[in-house]
Amino acid sequence: MASVFTATRSNRASKSARAARRPASSTRTLISDVSLNRRSGKIIYRTVLTLVIVVFTLVFLGPLYFLFTDGLKSTQEVIATPPTLYPHHVYPSSYVQSWNRLDVGLMLWNSVYYAFGALAFQLVFDVAAAYSLSKLRPALGNVVLFLMLATLMIPATVLVVPQYVTIANLPLLHWNLIGSPEAIWLPSVANAFNIFLLKRFFDSIPTDYIDAASVDGASPLMILWKIVLPISRPIIGVVSIFSLVAVWKDFLWPLLVEYGYTPTRETLNVGIWQAAIGTPQNLLIAASAMAAVPTILFFLIFQRNIMAGLTAGGIRG
Amino acid sequence: MANVLTGVARRTLFERAGASPATAGRRPRAVLPRARRNAGAWAFLIGAVLCFSFFSWYPIVREIIMSFQKPVYGGGYAWAGWVNYTRIFRDPTFWQAWRNTLEFTVLALVIGYAVPFVVAIVLNELRHARGFLRVLVYLPVMLPPASALLLFAYFYNPQYGLFNDILHTLHLPTSQWVFQPGTGFISTAMVSVVIASTWMNMGSATLIYLAALQNIPGELYEAAELEGAGILRRIRHVTIPQTRLILMLLLMLQVVATMQMFIESFVLTNGGGGVGDNTQSVVMLIYQYAFAMSGASNYNSASALGVVLMLVLAVFSGGFLWATRERG
Repeated sequence: MASVFTATRSNRASKSARAARRPASSTRTLISDVSLNRRSGKIIYRTVLTLVIVVFTLVFLGPLYFLFTDGLKSTQEVIATPPTLYPHHVYPSSYVQSWNRLDVGLMLWNSVYYAFGALAFQLVFDVAAAYSLSKLRPALGNVVLFLMLATLMIPATVLVVPQYVTIANLPLLHWNLIGSPEAIWLPSVANAFNIFLLKRFFDSIPTDYIDAASVDGASPLMILWKIVLPISRPIIGVVSIFSLVAVWKDFLWPLLVEYGYTPTRETLNVGIWQAAIGTPQNLLIAASAMAAVPTILFFLIFQRNIMAGLTAGGIRG
Repeated sequence: MANVLTGVARRTLFERAGASPATAGRRPRAVLPRARRNAGAWAFLIGAVLCFSFFSWYPIVREIIMSFQKPVYGGGYAWAGWVNYTRIFRDPTFWQAWRNTLEFTVLALVIGYAVPFVVAIVLNELRHARGFLRVLVYLPVMLPPASALLLFAYFYNPQYGLFNDILHTLHLPTSQWVFQPGTGFISTAMVSVVIASTWMNMGSATLIYLAALQNIPGELYEAAELEGAGILRRIRHVTIPQTRLILMLLLMLQVVATMQMFIESFVLTNGGGGVGDNTQSVVMLIYQYAFAMSGASNYNSASALGVVLMLVLAVFSGGFLWATRERG
């Protein structure tokens, strides 16, 4: 995955360049440092910077502020007109109520279970397939690769109906997977984007390594495990992060296949939507806030990888 | 080499045991190792191939087949010709949904396509707080969409929502937001949906543009400035041409993505599609045809609609790729 490398490398490079270039800049952007260092330039820059920080904080952090504080209001206060800017009476108990009433814990567990299960299936099958297509090159491999990549042209939502009918009665096997975690895990493997990213990375691994190992008698599985996987850590990180986030954020598919069971099998994303009617507004906002916490933490921990991976994998849109 | 050796060893073993002398014995020497190698390679491939077959390739074919079938009383399907297509073409909601989807796509382009590019250009010029600002822009992308949209539904609430309160404080007329009736081409309801959608999604486009901007060689700006080009002309003659490829690619991907709009309108309007269906989208209609009309659920009409959407998107992206290749 060349672009991951270049992304991380350029990050590092730009950091060291920034440290080194204080006096004279070599990498300039639209506006040169010279014009910024003029007095008028400095004033304009300071104004723009302040404005951008204020506007961005209001626009992007503002809603999040209300997401987390509105859940602390009482049911009366949350629907008061005019709305209050901060909870005048703090009710942390609405978070507890919301957790119990909507069964947030169970939905949270479901989301985690689906997301990591899907990740495991994708890592096993997609990595194996990409390795086979890249290094083992079986007969008809190119046809398979073409057919896989061709599915990138077909948007996923268009296929929900036949996919649903198929998963309710798998051809040949006649299994009904509706309501089982496999209904989310197995279709997630059919992800041409993963195959594309992984294969392109594997293609960049020199064949010499693999030839040397196979002369020494290593089996293909051993080569995958001992040589290919350790080299491929960056791309596997990218693929993992995006597949976790995709399952976590998915809505239409889990709505179709995991909806309306007791005990609930819904994901958080679907479950809080389902609760939207008939739940007091403060409990609903509290549940939305709790649903947002895991992804926000995940993002803050992995932000470097996510942002570097975005240039490689973010084309997914 | 090792493979060949074991292959030979295996073959002699087979011959000695007489397990499959007829097949293994007469073939030329190279075939068996190659077959073994192929079998090994296919063993790695088979899991993904099965998943693709069941959940991607077969559904594509099946969608087309189902769109030409009708359910038979007592189970099973029979051929129906173009019945499903004529039925959906006669449904006024079908045209309404397409109109709305196009409205959403155009508005999302006007708002959601230009804004991330401008934001990226501004961020790229800043020498401070860049990491912080990038995190801020991307944060909404990481929220579960239902969380973000339920929050916006609360802000949009006509009685106690924050947005009406802001308008009220500014002495501006308040609005019903998503539930504002009316189906003009720029309807308030759809603009509300686009605002929520842009807030949720603009982070990834912004960061992709930012990465593209960082790859523009500084000499180009240097040269343009020496020639006396001002900031706007530098943007027009350096920034845009240098990022043209990624601009075009994201334009195409965004149109394809926005044409599949579903969750925004679905959550903001409680699954309803707005007042008089004025935020109903094509994918929402697929969902309603197939799953939401209790009793009258019809997978076949939904499949026909799916095929129409698939064709429209395929023609669009094919045409777009062709047109941009011609010029470049």
